[in-house]
Amino acid sequence: MKNNKAVKLLSAPYIVWAAAFIIIPLLMVFYYGLTNRDGQFTFANVLAIQQTEHFKSLYLALILALISTVICILLAYPLAMILSSLKGKNEHLVVFIFILPMWMNFLLRTMAWQTLLENDGVINTVLQFLHMPKMHIINTPSAIVFGMVYNFLPFMVLPLYNVLNKIDINVINAARDLGANPFQTFIRITLPLSVPGIISGITMVFVPSLTTFVVSEMLGGSKILLIGNVIEQEFTQNSNWNLGSGLSIVLMLFIIISMIMSAIFDKNGEGNTL
Amino acid sequence: MISKILKRVYIALIFVFLYAPMFTLIVLSFNQSKSRAKWGGFTFKWYLALFSDRVVIQALINTLLIALISALVACVIGTITCLAMNRMGNVSKSILTGVTNIPMLNAEIVTGISLMLLFLFFKAKFGFVTILLSHITFNIPYVILSVMPRIRKMNPSNYEAALDLGAGPLYAFFKVVLPDIWPGVLSGFLMAFTMSLDDFIITHFTKGPGVDTLSTKIYAQVKKGINPEMYALSTLIFISVLILLILINRMPSGDKEKEK
Amino acid sequence: MSKHLIDLQNISKSFGNHLVLDEMNLYIRENEFLTLLGPSGCGKTTTLRIIGGFENPDVGKVIFDGKDITRLAPNKRQLNTVFQKYALFTHMTIAENIAFGLRIKKKSKAYIDDKIKYALKLVNLEEYGSRYPESLSGGQQQRVAIARAIVNEPKVLLLDEPLGALDLKLRQDMQYELIRLKKELGITFVYVTHDQEEALTMSDTIVVMNQGYIQQIGTPEMIYNEPENAFVADFIGDSNIISSTMIQDELVEILGVKFPCVDKGFGENKPVDVVIRPEDVELTTDVEKGRIQGVVSHIIFKGVHYEMEVMANGFEWLVHSTSCFPVGEKVGINVDPFNIQIMNKPESEDEEAVGVEE
Repeated sequence: MKNNKAVKLLSAPYIVWAAAFIIIPLLMVFYYGLTNRDGQFTFANVLAIQQTEHFKSLYLALILALISTVICILLAYPLAMILSSLKGKNEHLVVFIFILPMWMNFLLRTMAWQTLLENDGVINTVLQFLHMPKMHIINTPSAIVFGMVYNFLPFMVLPLYNVLNKIDINVINAARDLGANPFQTFIRITLPLSVPGIISGITMVFVPSLTTFVVSEMLGGSKILLIGNVIEQEFTQNSNWNLGSGLSIVLMLFIIISMIMSAIFDKNGEGNTL
Repeated sequence: MISKILKRVYIALIFVFLYAPMFTLIVLSFNQSKSRAKWGGFTFKWYLALFSDRVVIQALINTLLIALISALVACVIGTITCLAMNRMGNVSKSILTGVTNIPMLNAEIVTGISLMLLFLFFKAKFGFVTILLSHITFNIPYVILSVMPRIRKMNPSNYEAALDLGAGPLYAFFKVVLPDIWPGVLSGFLMAFTMSLDDFIITHFTKGPGVDTLSTKIYAQVKKGINPEMYALSTLIFISVLILLILINRMPSGDKEKEK
Repeated sequence: MSKHLIDLQNISKSFGNHLVLDEMNLYIRENEFLTLLGPSGCGKTTTLRIIGGFENPDVGKVIFDGKDITRLAPNKRQLNTVFQKYALFTHMTIAENIAFGLRIKKKSKAYIDDKIKYALKLVNLEEYGSRYPESLSGGQQQRVAIARAIVNEPKVLLLDEPLGALDLKLRQDMQYELIRLKKELGITFVYVTHDQEEALTMSDTIVVMNQGYIQQIGTPEMIYNEPENAFVADFIGDSNIISSTMIQDELVEILGVKFPCVDKGFGENKPVDVVIRPEDVELTTDVEKGRIQGVVSHIIFKGVHYEMEVMANGFEWLVHSTSCFPVGEKVGINVDPFNIQIMNKPESEDEEAVGVEE
């Protein structure tokens, strides 16, 4: 172990890099967020979240992210169960098919929904052809939820599939053997054992949904602002970095809360699975 | 029997939900008419327009270059960091792991604006280099994530045995350690490469005027109103992703069969 | 003896093109300890899973206590399984694991608490009720799996290689533990293993299986002393299996030398297989007194005895003896007539299911 020190030195480049590009930038967000344009300390930028328009955008983002996450769980869980029950040659291929859209460019995926949902878009054209009433979805919160669910569904499917696939089939058999019917087996065994997957799926869907500005911009028109849009505009259009940073601090607070919650649940979950 | 049919139907419905949008884009990319409501006949003209669009071609080149360079740099830094982390004490290791988790757990928009503030503060010129630095930053954690388990699984005696047999540290690294962790490095590289290709948000905040990647180009276009050229682009990207992933998926399964 | 509790009638099962069980017939009596023994892939675990209800046979019936249960769901069967690698519920404490079946049956809390206490005591884990499975050793987890199954008072306990994941010492302790449990509970055990020692130690009845066929059914003594074919002889313990000719009743020609034996009814001048256990081969330095003469080619000290190989008449004899004969020494070989076991040669390729894959 003589060369231990030399080996440890190999981490130097990354330590420098992480300090320069992860830590310092994050500190700068806090610096800008907690000062005004003259560099004086203030809470005003953080407290600006109380202004109606900002608060509304945060509230809406939370609601839409919550709805999207719930829909994702409801859609992904049965799918993941079916996928994990597949055995044999095709298993890999089928799972691959359901993960593939994740690798398609995010913006193009969202653009596709714009094309489908627009007032004179594909869905409405089909509906018209069938003499059914047109749907007005584009530029409504529903369209944004559509986009979020579509974009982030694979992020829910993957961890659920992984955790369900790891459950020993004999554990399920043991529950049946001890008298549980399929429904009882699901409630008492499968569901609790899949909690870590559910939690990591929730974080992977909730955080990007809460903070997105792309989906809302493309499917919500410029009328519906989420907190992500507000922050983005402060940086790219209004050049009010202090306000943008202040609101980001609020946003980070919510991310940290959701991280802590998932850490607590996951600890329980992992303590049980490992 | 009924449950089997229900399963099939469910899988089919999700499949339609996932693929209908992409299928629509592919169909529309061959549509003569600019309106998406009408089928105006088959055409390749949007593809031709796309290929003659210098701005799009330049964006494509930028995207690939940034993805390639950032993934390579991230691989080198990430791998040597893993080697060092494996020898570290618990405290410094968990601190470094914690820091590494920040870009992965934090919202992309926050990572994006934090880097933007950094570059603004140092009055850096926004452009290719700032995008590249940002991409390396969010790529390193992915490399560490996929190399670290490999290093942990590696038998430390292998390296020591090589030294014992007279190899120098560098020779031992390239001949003994690297082959052992190679699958991890490779999958880290691929992950970093695709993350970089797919990134929009962080690029959006760290790019300068006139420098675009495909993602930012698409965003700008879509804001102006969708141009059928974009459908052609989607189709091409979809097909390349498909081919790439099929190739990648073939590789490890081939390995497994060899192991058997 | 007592009545048939389980009857497997004409069971066939295949996975894809692979035939795992071929027209198997087997009955299991009340209160017996029956072991399904065979190499991996012989169909023993599939048989157990068919009894447990986790596989449906393609053809055939499972009769339990006079009723056809072939298509009955596992949760409706009056038997419980101890699974390979225990299959404990990792998100529940030991007590919750044990209570699982009783809670499903909506037993009263007092009854359940009583049962948990009783079961934990039975498997010597009284202090462990509130612990989680991962904090227990393999042997302890195994005992929890058994406790979890028996609190439901099954008529039959199915055990699928329950000791496979334990180390040698622990395995031996657990064998005695299982015998004790069996006596205390007075229920039927159906046990699956590939370990012949385990089977010989614990069973009332052993069913030797290979490639989907039952090779022999019998008590441990019968299986060991009178193997019906070369596969059984080879799989159970070490043995010398020699291709020979039955000259007439009670006389067999082994390697060109006539040996008296006790078997009859094989016909005259009929090719047979002869099995002689290594401990039944007697060596003597008085070379002329041996029926066959040979030279010791190998010797290893095994603790209880020496294991030797003796080259004689073109066959390498495996010999266990407490006396030592150095390599190169000329020896005479004798075998007591009673210790020569004659077996019919397999008639078809199909029957010759020799070849032990582990």
